[in-house]
Parts: sequence; structure tokens; C-alpha cells
Amino acid sequence: MGRTTVGRTAEQTAEQAVTYRQALHDTLRAEMLRDEDVLLLGEEIGVFEGSYKITAGLLDEFGPRRVRDTPICEEGFVGAAIGAAMLGLRPVVEIMTINFSLLAIDQIVNHAAKMRAMFGGQVSVPMVIRTPGGGGQQLAATHSQNLEVFYAHVPGLKVVAPSTPADAKGLLASAVRDDDPVLFLENLALYNTKGVVPGGDHIVRIGTAAVAKEGSDLTLVAYSRAAVIAHDVARRLEDEGVSAEVIDLRSLRPLDRATVCASARKTGRAIVLEDDWLSYGIGAEIAATIAEGAFDYLDAPVRRVAAAEVPLPYAKPLELAALPDAAALTRVIREVLEATRFVPRRVPSSQG
Amino acid sequence: MPEIFMPRLSDTMEEGTISRWLKREGDQIRRGDVLAEIETDKAVMELEAYEEGPLTRILVPEGGAVPIGAPVAVVGTGAGTETGTSTGTSTGAGAEAGAEPGQPARPPATPEPATPEPTAPEQAAPAQPSEPVSPIRLPSSPLSRRLASRHGIDITTLTGSGPGGRVIRADVEEAIARRDERPATTRTARTARPEAASPAEPTPRASRAEEKTPERAETVREGEEREIEKAEKAGDVEEVPLTAVRRITARRLIQSVQQAPHFYLTTMVDAEPLLAFRAEVNTRLGERGPRVTVTDLIVKACAIELREHPEVNASWADTRILRHRRVHIGIAVALDDGLIVPVVHDADVRTLTEIAREAHALADKARAGRLTLDELGGGTFTVSNLGPFGIDHFTAVINPPQAAILAVGAAQPQPVVRDGELAVGTMMALTLSIDHRVLDGATGAAFLTGLKELLQQPLRMVV
Repeated sequence: MGRTTVGRTAEQTAEQAVTYRQALHDTLRAEMLRDEDVLLLGEEIGVFEGSYKITAGLLDEFGPRRVRDTPICEEGFVGAAIGAAMLGLRPVVEIMTINFSLLAIDQIVNHAAKMRAMFGGQVSVPMVIRTPGGGGQQLAATHSQNLEVFYAHVPGLKVVAPSTPADAKGLLASAVRDDDPVLFLENLALYNTKGVVPGGDHIVRIGTAAVAKEGSDLTLVAYSRAAVIAHDVARRLEDEGVSAEVIDLRSLRPLDRATVCASARKTGRAIVLEDDWLSYGIGAEIAATIAEGAFDYLDAPVRRVAAAEVPLPYAKPLELAALPDAAALTRVIREVLEATRFVPRRVPSSQG
Repeated sequence: MPEIFMPRLSDTMEEGTISRWLKREGDQIRRGDVLAEIETDKAVMELEAYEEGPLTRILVPEGGAVPIGAPVAVVGTGAGTETGTSTGTSTGAGAEAGAEPGQPARPPATPEPATPEPTAPEQAAPAQPSEPVSPIRLPSSPLSRRLASRHGIDITTLTGSGPGGRVIRADVEEAIARRDERPATTRTARTARPEAASPAEPTPRASRAEEKTPERAETVREGEEREIEKAEKAGDVEEVPLTAVRRITARRLIQSVQQAPHFYLTTMVDAEPLLAFRAEVNTRLGERGPRVTVTDLIVKACAIELREHPEVNASWADTRILRHRRVHIGIAVALDDGLIVPVVHDADVRTLTEIAREAHALADKARAGRLTLDELGGGTFTVSNLGPFGIDHFTAVINPPQAAILAVGAAQPQPVVRDGELAVGTMMALTLSIDHRVLDGATGAAFLTGLKELLQQPLRMVV
């Protein structure tokens, strides 16, 4: 951490709208230029340029020493990355989807997360695991899961989940420079979304949630793809005279409880939207956090909008029915507003 | 389900005030746990649990006063929690299960019927007679409760418009608006001192206390109030909430100075014989006995002298004076947050070492907050010794309804005239505060002179 920026390229310095995918690519490249200890490992990230093309062109630019195609063996290459990290390198591992991280979970949970504590701080594991999660792409039950909560549960790991290209850039840079293992959650549905990305060396501190949209009437808490949905719904509610505040968690561990509670205290109503299953999820953690930190300010129970508790179906209509969407969130928002007899403020006609 | 009732804690007690809840709703209660502190006309007492199970409901908020025998809380789970109509079902199963350590309390919002537990028949106590005044727990959002409490609104008077009749913020805001439409005098009184409203969740029983609020606020002199407000705004003051002891101390002392016409008699005592006597007693007692203090000696001396002057061992009872046949001497003990006066009973017939032992035990218990009502009650005279604090002399406020209190200063070297010669002596000031309704100067003087002579010839105390 704390190395100075070198090799800043022209396209990085100006603020511009790019895709989430592009932001990840550019940030990986920038970090590799900045610090020659940064290297990439993963399945098909080199010659094939990655299943989602995040590493496009990097093999050509940095060569096979720093962009390494690995065998199809998650446990092996995550373990190799942990060893490299312990010896001072800064590996960024790509696991093709978070579902495959289960094959490496012993390495992640029992090794990467534990090294610093079990060796009394003599070593750290400055490794990043980039991996996309989430459903909605008709990839069926085993390839559509949101397993980040497994990792968010484990002390010793950091788990970040950006929802915008700007946060993708800022959090990836922070993750690479962090001395602890970071699970960097991407989302298949977000890769093509566009957003303005600050130029230059843009950092988002791990452990800080973003107030994606300010509001006064109710709080929507979400992360990753769900944060984008929540933001859209909040914007639409504005036309109906409802001012919703959107908290994008961005970081699942450490969790920015203060920002969540501050918002719930302000609005008195809170709803969590998550792509994951309801039980034992991030939403449960948020609801408990609000109950502990904002109880006296709540005018209604905290509600959770989450996926149906089934292995995600392959059939498109069933998959859509199982995943939480804007309509489901809107429905629960209306229930909470009605339960608290919310009176919408008068909206000045936008048509003039 | 078992209700906890306001106990009778003293003979004169008519009602008790819950000064503090030590358990919260949902806490597991074990037999012998202290549930709350109850303030009576005499003291602060602990309310002990005789039931086991989760504390389902608190019926009287902190600061609320109820008569003896009124329910203050409900312990145990069981059907009928929500409806409030006591069905008389046994608490057996719920209480047994709930008493297991670590098991989270069943939220009262879940109306779960208690399953009968055949293995615990002894728990199946006879059904409680149906209480006509069983309170109803109103569903209400935390925000509405907080808002209601801050604005002094009794939430039980509101009709909830949320799901299932839940009282929500909108209901409270409407109630505040309605109240603010009332005549201006009431409003100014309320808004002038919002902190005077009950801080706890109001219940029907609390409303009585709350209705007094505006009236009480109006009696505060306006200028004084403005001064306080100004200081508060400037952030120059720190608010210190009153402890129960502080509150009682304040009330009793105001009663004393407002009602009892005090006058004071002071005399100087040559303390040398007393200190020598004390040193000798302690040397001879050695390891066997308590360390006798000056206060112990003065208590003993007062007891003897009160026997000699029964008119001082008296109290004012509005239409008559009561002369006490027994001598019970209170000793003022300073606490961190107030003053308390445990009583050495029948001090005139106790030996010096008995008095010393008891006085020390009482002081320890006073500092630990463990005095019982018996140990606090029945005093007929009080001794307050600020000598250990280095005070030359002072006047004490009478502890009503007693007729007098003795203020003792420090024994210290002073110039004295002995046989027409100036010499260095050790003198101690005794000041007797007297309620003039009970005693006159000459009577008080006779007592004080007798006391002085006794203290200067201390051997007389033990013969």
C-alpha cells in the first residue's frame, strides 16, 4: 500500500462514462503498471482474455509472467496465489464465477483469512479474488448463486461488491493495495452498465457505504446489482412524491453500520433488497443492525426483499419469478408507506 | 400469569413509586432477582421477584406511583398476553422453559399459547382472579413511542391506524397537533419544560403524574426558569438526573426547613477526656472489639442524656407532641449521591461496643445501598458528625418529625482558659438544632449542658 502512481495513461486522467467491464479492465491495467508485483491468475484469462473479457489485451501487454493461465483447479491456483502473496507479490485471482469458489473455499477461509492472525502478524495475504456472482442469465441453479455471504461471514477476509463503474474502479484499486485478502464481487448483469468514472488515481475506501441517493422518507439498502435496482426505483418514486434514500453498501465486510443506521434514524423506514435468498442473508444482518442501532427511530419493521428460497430455476419465466425485481421492491415500499400512513409530498409538475 | 404487585414495605406506606426498573421486558427473571427499586415515603427499597420466567410486561413506568397491591409487572409467558384479559391459565410451561439460561425471551408480540407441561404440576398454581384493570399492550412503533414520550403524550389514549392497530408516528403527530390547539396557558406550560414529561413509556397509570406537569411547571418562578433556560442554551450546565436518594433527601429537607421553626444552641466541649477515653477503650479492646469512634461515643452519650431529658426525645405530630419511650438514634451517613440516616435502635440500653459494632455495620450497608426499612425507620434523634471532614462547627437541618438534631464539629487544638490561665486545649463544637414547636431554649440548653458534662467525664457513660 501507499506506492506512488506511475505510468498514468492519458485515457485515465479524464472523467468519462465507461462500462463496468471497462472500468475493471482499466483499473487492473493501471494497477499492473503502477506496481510490478501485481500479477493475474485464473482460468482462461490470458489467451482467451477471460470469460467476461476483463483481462483483454493484458497478456500481450504484460506477458505470461504476470498474466498466468491456470489449470481448471480453483483450489490449486488460489493456494498458489496465497503463497505468492505471503512472499510479497500482489496476485489478483479471477475465479470464473463465485460458484466455483466453493472448490477453493478451504484455501480462502482456512488459509487466506487465517494467516495474519495465526502467524502473529508475521505474514499477510495481499491477494484479491475477483469473481462474478448473481443470477438472471439462465445459467441454472449451480451457476447463479450469491455466495458472497459465505465470505462476508468470515473475519480475516474483506468482501467488497461495487455496483457502479466508478466504485468498481475505486474498490479494485483499494483491494489490490490492501494487505489483507479481499473478495471482490462482480455481477454478470452489471458488466455492460455504464457510468461516469473519475479520472486519475481514484480510490474508494473499503468499509464505507455510499449514500447513492439522498432521501428523507425511507431507506433502501442494497449492494451490487440490487443497488442499481434500488436506485432506479428510488428515482421513479421521486415522481410520486416519495423521497427514498439509497444506501449502496459497497463493502460487506467490514460493514459500514454507521451509515446504514444514520439513514434509518433519519427516515424511520427501511427496506433491504438483495439478490440472495432471504434466510441468513446480508439482509438479515442489515435488519439486525438497524434494530440495534436505530430501533427507537423506526415507525415500521425493517423489511427484506430477497430471492425465493429455491435453487434458481433455469426456465426463464421461473428464473424471473424467483429473483427479486423492481416490482417486488416497489410493492414492499408501498406496504411500508401505507403501514405508516405516508402522505406523499406534492410534486411540481415536471411538464411545466 | 403471575403479576407482581406493589408490596407493603412499611406501616405508613400507602403507595410506592417505581424509581428504577433493573430488568427490562423480555429479561429472564429468577427467584430472588431484584426487579426494581421502589421509593416509599421512607426510603428506596428493592422489589424482589418471587416468580420465575421472562418479564413479560412492565405495567408501571419509572417514576410512576401506584397504591399497595396494584400490579406493577407481569412475569411469565402464557395465553392472554396480548388481549390483556387474564384467562387464568397457568404459567407452568412457559415459565419453566423460559427460565433456562441463554434462551431468548419470547417476544410478547407473538401470541403463542403456552403448551401445558405435565412434568411440572407444582407450577400449575391456582388461577389468578381476573383483574378488571388488566392493562392492554398497545402495538406501537418504536418511533411513535419515542415521539409520544418526548411530547408527554399518553400513547394508550391513542387509536393506532397502522397494521393491526399499531400506533404509528402519524397518530402521535396528530395527537400533538390536537393538544397544541388547546388553550394557550396549558401549552406554554408544557412546552416550557418538555423534559418534565415522563421519560418512560406512558401507561394509563402514568397519566396521573403527567397531568400534574403543567401545574408544577407553572409554580416554578418565571425568572428562575428563564435563568435556567439561558444557561442550558449556552451549554454552561450539565444535567444531572436525580437519584431516588437525592430526591427523597431534597423533599424531606424542604419539608423540614419549611415546617419546623429551627433554632440553634452551640456549646464547646473539652474533648481531651473523650479522646483519651476513646484511646484507652480501643487499646483495651485491642483485636477483640470494634474500633470505637467519636461518633459512637456521642451516640452513647446522647442516648443516656435523652433518657435524662425525655422531652427532647420527642417528635411533632401536628396536633400533639409524641414523647418516645424508647431511644433510637439516627446517624447521618454521607453517600456519593445523597445522605441517609440509619438508626441504632434502643441505643440507651446498648453497650458502647454494641453501638460501635452496629453503627459500623449500618454505615457499610448504607454505602452499599443495602439498608432495610427497619434499619432506616423509627429514629427519635439524629447525630450528624462532620468532624472527620474537618469542619469546626455547623448547624444541621432537623430530620422530621424528630424534635432535634446534634451537629458535631471536629475536635481540635484551641486556646482555652483553665483556672484563669490561657492554655492549649482540644475543643469540639456541639450545635443542637431544635424544632421550636416541640422544645424551648431552656429545655434544649439543659440537654446540651448535660451532654457536654457527660462527654467531659466519659467514664460516666459506662458506669
